[in-house]
Amino acid sequence: MSAGAPKLAAATLRPNRRRLREDFPIFGAHPELVYLDSGASAQKPQAVIDRVSRFYETGYANIHRGVYGLSAQATEDYDATRRTVARFLNAREEAEIVFVRGATEAINLVAQSWGPSHLVAGDHVLLTELEHHANIVPWQLLRDRIGILLDVVPIDDEGGVDMAAFRALLGPRTRLVGVTHVANATGAVNPVAEIVRLAHAAGALVLVDGAQAVPHRPVDVQALDADFYVFSGHKLYGPTGAGVLYGKADILRAMPPWQGGGDMILSVSFEHTEFQDIPARFEAGTPDIAGVLGLATAIDYVGEIGWDAIRTHERDLLAHGLKLLQEIPGLHVVPAGKERASILSFTVEGIHPHDLGTILDRHHVAVRAGHHCAQPLLAKLGVHSTVRASLGLYNEASDLDALAAALRAAQRMFKR
Amino acid sequence: MDLKDLYQDIILDHGQHPRNFGKVEPCNHQAHGHNPLCGDTVTVYLDVEGDRVAKISFEGRGCAISQASASLMTEVVEGKTVAEARALFGDFQARATGKPSETPAGLEEDVERLEPLTGVKAYPMRVKCAVLAWHTLIAALEGKEKAS
Repeated sequence: MSAGAPKLAAATLRPNRRRLREDFPIFGAHPELVYLDSGASAQKPQAVIDRVSRFYETGYANIHRGVYGLSAQATEDYDATRRTVARFLNAREEAEIVFVRGATEAINLVAQSWGPSHLVAGDHVLLTELEHHANIVPWQLLRDRIGILLDVVPIDDEGGVDMAAFRALLGPRTRLVGVTHVANATGAVNPVAEIVRLAHAAGALVLVDGAQAVPHRPVDVQALDADFYVFSGHKLYGPTGAGVLYGKADILRAMPPWQGGGDMILSVSFEHTEFQDIPARFEAGTPDIAGVLGLATAIDYVGEIGWDAIRTHERDLLAHGLKLLQEIPGLHVVPAGKERASILSFTVEGIHPHDLGTILDRHHVAVRAGHHCAQPLLAKLGVHSTVRASLGLYNEASDLDALAAALRAAQRMFKR
Repeated sequence: MDLKDLYQDIILDHGQHPRNFGKVEPCNHQAHGHNPLCGDTVTVYLDVEGDRVAKISFEGRGCAISQASASLMTEVVEGKTVAEARALFGDFQARATGKPSETPAGLEEDVERLEPLTGVKAYPMRVKCAVLAWHTLIAALEGKEKAS
């Protein structure tokens, strides 16, 4: 790390207070770590780790079952998280929040429950080229099962969704638009509100994949008017294993269960089962209780720092990183449309991304190298893989200085 | 382990200027290898005459390790018998994963030639890059279209 790195990061975020980095014990265990892979998964603040530990150590019991005190408390805390998430997304009611494993499971839930109950052969689902595999494959499985058709909105030369093509592809039999809020491979921010408006005017619902958006910007599902909004807790500084499906209540109520089991029923006999109302109908079996409780703590943690501070901090870091990368000869930053969020995806002439990944790792810089589970997008961009640096609120300007220095070292090594 | 031990000059050289790149003619065996994790691909082309690999070449794309490994492999395997090629594969796979291996008799020079690539043993995530071409070679020799 360079000695004269600007201190803008820590200073902007918490004037006169400790560095946010210090809230994350991973950096105590690995002081040299330059973590630029938050887009894959974010590190966890002590508060989240403590919440999970505390639950297992002093509060553990299953929920929605026992009449004893521990179970009642666990149930109360679990249900309180639903309120926390509903507030976080500005949902109308708690019942619109379904806990799942993550964004991938949420999309599969919609594809498998809403899909067959609302679509018939010949109906269309419209996706964009910016989607990652989690918002492609569930729809392909549905296509192969019931004969729907998939359309794909191309990206334009700037790397954003081609809105003219979107309008043109939005047809009379388009029933659902699946769109990512922020593209995981490039950081491109989609004009989701406009996409929803156009889709609704054409009679289609919209599922927004918010996995890369919720850690970086406030999301208001009512303002967006999204019908479904999904995200993973682990990218939002929460534990792995807990994520969220938001769905408008009337739409969720019209969907059949997708998994059967305990917790999602009112009564069961071998002849007939009465299902619970939403959201319990979609939460069969014992959920990741600790993960859900940790998610609430993560949301509280982000809330305590505040969106204004987070956005200013990450915007400054992104500008700093972009400038540093653009100064490196032979480095090409993948375009991200009109607005970029917290992700810098790039290639370096003459050095394969995997070699870069290994070399950066030896400089203690953790990045993702590969296709980012977005092979169709990379193919469109004319690359097979890239290096992706993605930011979290614990990053500082010096992290990007270290990235740039390590990239230059790689270039020296490969220069022959 | 130092990075320079992995990215030795010979690896950078073969990675950037792979030898025997393209398709040999005639070609009576070929197989395709793919590493889904990183997207590396390699196709190995062989002209096997009797029990001998008369000609060998490859095409592919990927990291320096995978390209250098394929390039060096074609250099050592050309002219060898099928049994010798298999012996080299077994020895290289063992060394690349840090396991002991007794150098096959008569192939000492070839084993030495491949030695720089065995630096991947210190980088578990990169071992597949180094052995992909070899698995593909074996698949081609066995008449399979794809390396498994």
